Amino acid sequence: MARITYISPAGVKTTVEAEDGSTVMQTALRNNVDGIVGECGGNALCATCHVYVDEAQFAGLGPIVDFEEELLDCTSSPRKDTSRLSCQIPVTGAVDGLIVRLPETQE
Amino acid sequence: MAPSSLQDAAPVVVVGAGQGGLQVAASLREGGFAGPVTVVDTEPGLPYQRPPLSKAFLTDDGGRSRIELRSAAFFDEHGIGLRTGTGVVAIDRTAGKVALEQGEFLDYGHLVLATGATPRALPVPGADQAGVVVLRTLADATTLRGLLRGPARRVVIVGGGFIGLEVAAVAAKLGHQVTIVEVLPRLMARVASPELAAHVAEVHRDHGTEIVFGRCVVALRGAGGAVRAVELDDGTLLDADVVLVGIGAVPKTDLAVRAGLDVDNGVVVDGRLRTSDPAISAIGDCANYPSHHAGRRTRLESVQNAVDQARHVAARIITGSDEPYRAVPWFWTNQFDLRVQMVGIPQDQDERVVHGDQVTGRFSVFRFHDGRLNTVESVNRAPDHVGARKLLATDLRPTAEQVRRAAFKLDPRNFS
Ligand SMILES: Cc1cc2nc3c(=O)[nH]c(=O)nc-3n(C[C@H](O)[C@H](O)[C@H](O)COP(=O)(O)OP(=O)(O)OC[C@H]3O[C@@H](n4cnc5c(N)ncnc54)[C@H](O)[C@@H]3O)c2cc1C
Ligand code: FES
Repeated sequence: MARITYISPAGVKTTVEAEDGSTVMQTALRNNVDGIVGECGGNALCATCHVYVDEAQFAGLGPIVDFEEELLDCTSSPRKDTSRLSCQIPVTGAVDGLIVRLPETQE
Repeated sequence: MAPSSLQDAAPVVVVGAGQGGLQVAASLREGGFAGPVTVVDTEPGLPYQRPPLSKAFLTDDGGRSRIELRSAAFFDEHGIGLRTGTGVVAIDRTAGKVALEQGEFLDYGHLVLATGATPRALPVPGADQAGVVVLRTLADATTLRGLLRGPARRVVIVGGGFIGLEVAAVAAKLGHQVTIVEVLPRLMARVASPELAAHVAEVHRDHGTEIVFGRCVVALRGAGGAVRAVELDDGTLLDADVVLVGIGAVPKTDLAVRAGLDVDNGVVVDGRLRTSDPAISAIGDCANYPSHHAGRRTRLESVQNAVDQARHVAARIITGSDEPYRAVPWFWTNQFDLRVQMVGIPQDQDERVVHGDQVTGRFSVFRFHDGRLNTVESVNRAPDHVGARKLLATDLRPTAEQVRRAAFKLDPRNFS
């Protein structure tokens, strides 16, 4: 279990309990957090689950594999240094307290 | 039609809580629809995704919560009635009611059929023995997962389509000895280009899988009620402990047929996804629709198709809009480290341009029909896929000559 906080572009915070083995994208969908689309079901194919990870926490999430790296260049809102695809962030105890900001657009 | 308001929104009933049916309900609420919404499904439990059933679910220890589309709380919070474990058995179009298995009735102002498809059965003797499986539901996947656990076994895959190939990849990775039997001379013959099909075949062979082309299965031989071998039409016997039958799916149309709706390879709908009764729509795997992109009628089986058609119908119910359905079709499949994506609908005869490198396995195939780009297949080149989806949604089409230039690049941001 981990607690994850999603912050909308307007600054609205939603904190939810995430299940181990799930992803930050799935957790948002299951809890109906707006602003993540996840059109491809978490297969790193659509770039509609883009998030900006809190700067201090970014490095702790581990490396970005090449196919995520490529797709981060296809996001609808601009890519930043802390951009990730939330379907590629697995939920484990290690992400407890994670804060992600949602971009203006996903599609 | 006036937009619905709190007072006049007539109830919507959705038959099928799969990928499409669930999306209708979710999009209705997202769009502010205030009337009653009920989704009914024969299968028990919360709605789930099917794509993982032939991929990660077979090797994961994860339970169903990992593949569920929404949590139970979602339905409560959004006032969506979810009735699972009970099927719709009849539609009374005159009264505007559907009958459920237990003899209960639900009134509808609009009815959406999202009943999906059922795997085609292998029409040969012995197909009902233990060890012979199809793959559509969570129950099927749980059975298959059980069969693939344990000692290395001989797995025969009947049909070289997407589901068969995905399971073949998982089985090979688990250490089983895998043989694929495909009646046609190449894999994914209905949709994939020869270049893509050849590459996929090579990757499977590199993992030790044998592929038998041009042969069909005539019988499944067994002992004590369990399958032991697959017999081919040239007399070959392939030893088998597990046989996965992946020879396509047939649309579930029995309800529509009994209700007197037009049915022809699926429930026939118009360009707005309305059936021959305008109070009833049909979407997803069960619907035969006139495709703008193909220029003909088609029935697609993909998450994109189910989800985009669901959104379209929800928007029409809410606003009464008469917009035609025009979403660009796309699909993906994952096998080993191959991440394959297709966008568009290919035609039989086409001209093809390959970009990238078939040796390193990162390439895209641009397919042209009558000089017009209609399909892009990408292997481990997701940016091409994203770009192609945006491109095909516009009226812009590069020529084959333009694509052939080495410098040609599909930049998604050019089309956003
Ligand atoms: C193993 C597998 C892997 C797949 N992989 C991919 C993939 O990688 N990419 C991709 O794009 N697509 C994939 N697909 C296809 C995709 O899952 C389907 O196209 C999609 O689920 C279609 O959605 P649907 O709502 O039309 O049908 P479904 O999701 O099948 O839902 C139909 C529902 O209707 C219910 N139903 C039927 N009749 C009745 C009745 N009379 N009363 C009540 N309920 C009824 C059924 O129980 C079912 O739950 C895969 C499919 C399978 C089976
Ligand atoms: S959900 Fe599609 S890329 Fe993450």
